[in-house]
Amino acid sequence: MIYREAGQFKSTYASDQAIFPIVQDRWVVLVLLLGAVIVPPLVASEYWLQAVLIPFLIYALAAIGLNLLTGYAGQLSLGTGGFMAVGAYSAFKLTTAFPALNIFVVFALAGVAAALVGVLFGIPSLRIKGFYLAVATLAAQFFLLWLFNKVAWFTNYASSGTITAPPRTVFGAMVTGPGATAPARYLTALAFVIVFALVAKNLVRGRVGRCWMAIRDRDIAAEIIGIRPLRTKLLAFAISSFYCGVAGAEYVFLYLGSAETQAFDIAVSFLVLFMVIIGGLGSILGSFLGAGFIVVVPIFLTNVPHLVGLALPVALQKQIELMVFGGLIIFFLIVEPNGLARLWQIAKEKLRLWPFPY
Amino acid sequence: MTELLRAVFVAPFADMAGNMPFLIEVLIGGVAAGLMYSLVALGFVLIFKASGVFNFAQGVMVLFSALTLVGLMERGVPVVAALALTALTMIALAFAIERVVLRPLVNQESIILFMATIGLNFFLEGFGEMIWGSNVKKLDVGIPDTSFMVRGVQVNRLELTAALTAAVLVAILAILFQRTKIGRALRAVADDHEAALSIGIPLKTIWVVVWSVAGLVAIAAGIMWGAKSGVQFSLSLIALKALPVLILGGFTSVPGAIVGGLIIGVGEKLAEVYWGPLVGGAIENWFAYAMALAFLLVRPQGLFGERIIERV
Amino acid sequence: MPATLAERPIQQAAPASEPRREPLLQVEAITVRFGAVQALTDVSMDIHRGEIVAIIGPNGAGKTTLINVISGFYHAQQGRILFEGKDRTALKPYDVAALGVARTFQNVALFRGMSVLDNIMTGRLLKMRGHFLLDAIYWGPARRQELEHRAAVEHVIDFLEIQAIRKTPVSRLPYGLQKRVELARALAAEPQLLLLDEPMAGMNVEEKEDMSRFILDVHDEFGTTIALIEHDMGVVMDISDRVVVLDYGRKIADAPPDAVRADRAVIDAYLGVAHD
Repeated sequence: MIYREAGQFKSTYASDQAIFPIVQDRWVVLVLLLGAVIVPPLVASEYWLQAVLIPFLIYALAAIGLNLLTGYAGQLSLGTGGFMAVGAYSAFKLTTAFPALNIFVVFALAGVAAALVGVLFGIPSLRIKGFYLAVATLAAQFFLLWLFNKVAWFTNYASSGTITAPPRTVFGAMVTGPGATAPARYLTALAFVIVFALVAKNLVRGRVGRCWMAIRDRDIAAEIIGIRPLRTKLLAFAISSFYCGVAGAEYVFLYLGSAETQAFDIAVSFLVLFMVIIGGLGSILGSFLGAGFIVVVPIFLTNVPHLVGLALPVALQKQIELMVFGGLIIFFLIVEPNGLARLWQIAKEKLRLWPFPY
Repeated sequence: MTELLRAVFVAPFADMAGNMPFLIEVLIGGVAAGLMYSLVALGFVLIFKASGVFNFAQGVMVLFSALTLVGLMERGVPVVAALALTALTMIALAFAIERVVLRPLVNQESIILFMATIGLNFFLEGFGEMIWGSNVKKLDVGIPDTSFMVRGVQVNRLELTAALTAAVLVAILAILFQRTKIGRALRAVADDHEAALSIGIPLKTIWVVVWSVAGLVAIAAGIMWGAKSGVQFSLSLIALKALPVLILGGFTSVPGAIVGGLIIGVGEKLAEVYWGPLVGGAIENWFAYAMALAFLLVRPQGLFGERIIERV
Repeated sequence: MPATLAERPIQQAAPASEPRREPLLQVEAITVRFGAVQALTDVSMDIHRGEIVAIIGPNGAGKTTLINVISGFYHAQQGRILFEGKDRTALKPYDVAALGVARTFQNVALFRGMSVLDNIMTGRLLKMRGHFLLDAIYWGPARRQELEHRAAVEHVIDFLEIQAIRKTPVSRLPYGLQKRVELARALAAEPQLLLLDEPMAGMNVEEKEDMSRFILDVHDEFGTTIALIEHDMGVVMDISDRVVVLDYGRKIADAPPDAVRADRAVIDAYLGVAHD
């Protein structure tokens, strides 16, 4: 009743192709965006920003990246951690070599570096499909991490083997480094994810998205109707790795502060894959939902037992976390393989009718 | 430049030729490691061959079975009883997996099933650790990890046992698949779930059988690995190493799993020992994958896999 | 403003001065083997502009294989394919599509994750120019192009009367409608040559009538050359200008429908003999 499209007729193709064709959606998203920009820096505690919101935004960006490659283009990748690492280490080398370079530009360039590496490891995708391709991406994952571990040049010969985000300012505000406040880092991550989510949405609703989905659904028929598989797949690898690279740079510069290669190991690849599966393959919204879900579950598991008087030892918590993740993956694949995004769509459809049953 | 070329293409081979007994030991070490990989890969092949599912959780099943075995033995259960109980546990696990994971996902695309096994992997990891604890355990099955000399070359008892076990298992499984009625049924199921159902093959039973057998193979692998390096979390990562083995050997070939394992095991060891020092070591981390990748580029279906003819 | 489907001239091929001599498509002595199986042996045929050619034959005769070779999906061990007089034998499928060849598939090959509209829009891909960076920005050249092609696709949707289902995910459509959407996708490419692989398989009488009408309309309005594989003899006799008959990978007849109907070899191989 409330959420009705009655009276909203699209009289132009343009309005039909809009990202949010329903007016109510547009308003809600606008309010959410404004809220996201204004509310947390003013109201949220350090803990909420640092432990929940900032990692959520960063993981959401990585999840969008992986979703473009695996969800839209159908190329399974287990190398997300490796590509994030490329972004992180490139950003580090660039900003330490050119301290005057604007850190936003550094992030973007780091993304480009990751994109190039992604294209390299995506080349086998022409001959190799499905699980086999996953192995190629595993090769990327293990090799890249080994490379960053072994070659000390990447860490500027630091004895600790870690890279640390140096202090950098943008528009006068300290954005990275020990002096950067949580709100500043939060707003930076938010800005990046909003811009790149919009770009991703533009890509998937147009020519590029259709090429990807065609290759995903029926690669042979796609080739016969004129789609060039190698070009399409490499573009997917490039753009996906770009997103993961930027996310990786943000991971160190805006969240952790400093990191070793451990921070990008295979567990991260699986974590982002979980976000994409649970959130919904082939959905930008799903990437956000999945990231949010995965970030919140450990927090939930840490805090809820306290609230009900149970004190769980840390190890047990980790184990329950693993079980919950694993169980949820299976649950979602059975109940709704299209993830939270589809559940959300179903909820909206029900909302159209509410309070009537049909 | 010539320095570099010499170091990569000449020196390692010179080293090999210069110290033959050492080379043989390295090769044996590679063969042993390879066979251990093969044992894990066998479980994969079984399940894939018979149900078309790539069971990512095979590695964690190895860990889980080893954890159960060690846990029981630590509590004073004698070895034989512990083995029997562990086998029963793995069979029960197979029942549970069929009921909870496989049955609801009948005839879904293989990628969905694959991701379900990833979920299973993490679930079992947490579950196993929760029940048996997460510290490293020593597994003693009565085979000492000692070596004896054969004509100037060291041979490790444990590795020898692993090799023999693998050989026996392969023989049994090969016969099972090729000669028996149930083997035929398994192959039908792998091809097409719905079609198999429609001709009366009891899907549920087949799946329980297959996953039980894979579970028993996992026990064998778990014992070997556990005795060699202790029962610990990293055992589940062995599954990731089995992937290159499967690529080389093909996903549906029992002998392929052995050959693939040998190639990977030997290749990895050789690379680590003779080329590793050039780049600071730890090549083992990624060399297997690089090998698999190079192989795939040349022969996308692996050594033993069937050539896929695409139809439109 | 580029020509949309509604504005295309009827015969886009021949310049006014002289009629094109060579056939649109020439298949010369094509032989295809899959291991030990001989799928096609020494098959030659021509397809002239503006024709409707039916390819018939028993199951396993090699009809789909022939279409796949023309599409560039299979490569023949021997023989040549010439398109507009030029040798196109070694082309990849996407290059063949770029020449103006569109097709439908025996087992409907729609993209299941997309809606009807998006599926048909994929048919326009060859006509879309663009750079992914422009697509990323969207507002500007990419948007304009998107809207233009949307208009063209809407013409196809009107033509095939599938307006009501344009936003439906194709996986939810009944088989007959899926076949129609596949035809729409092929038409959206504005092809010179349309290859239809059993477009009426699995349809009832009404659906077949509709599909036949659409095929004839496509031929009459846009002058598209059509080659179709079909089992329904009634349809074949009604709508085709010429019939090519394959049997065990060889061509056994190539003549107008009436002549083929009376041909001894065809009757023995395929049509069957009437018994009293």
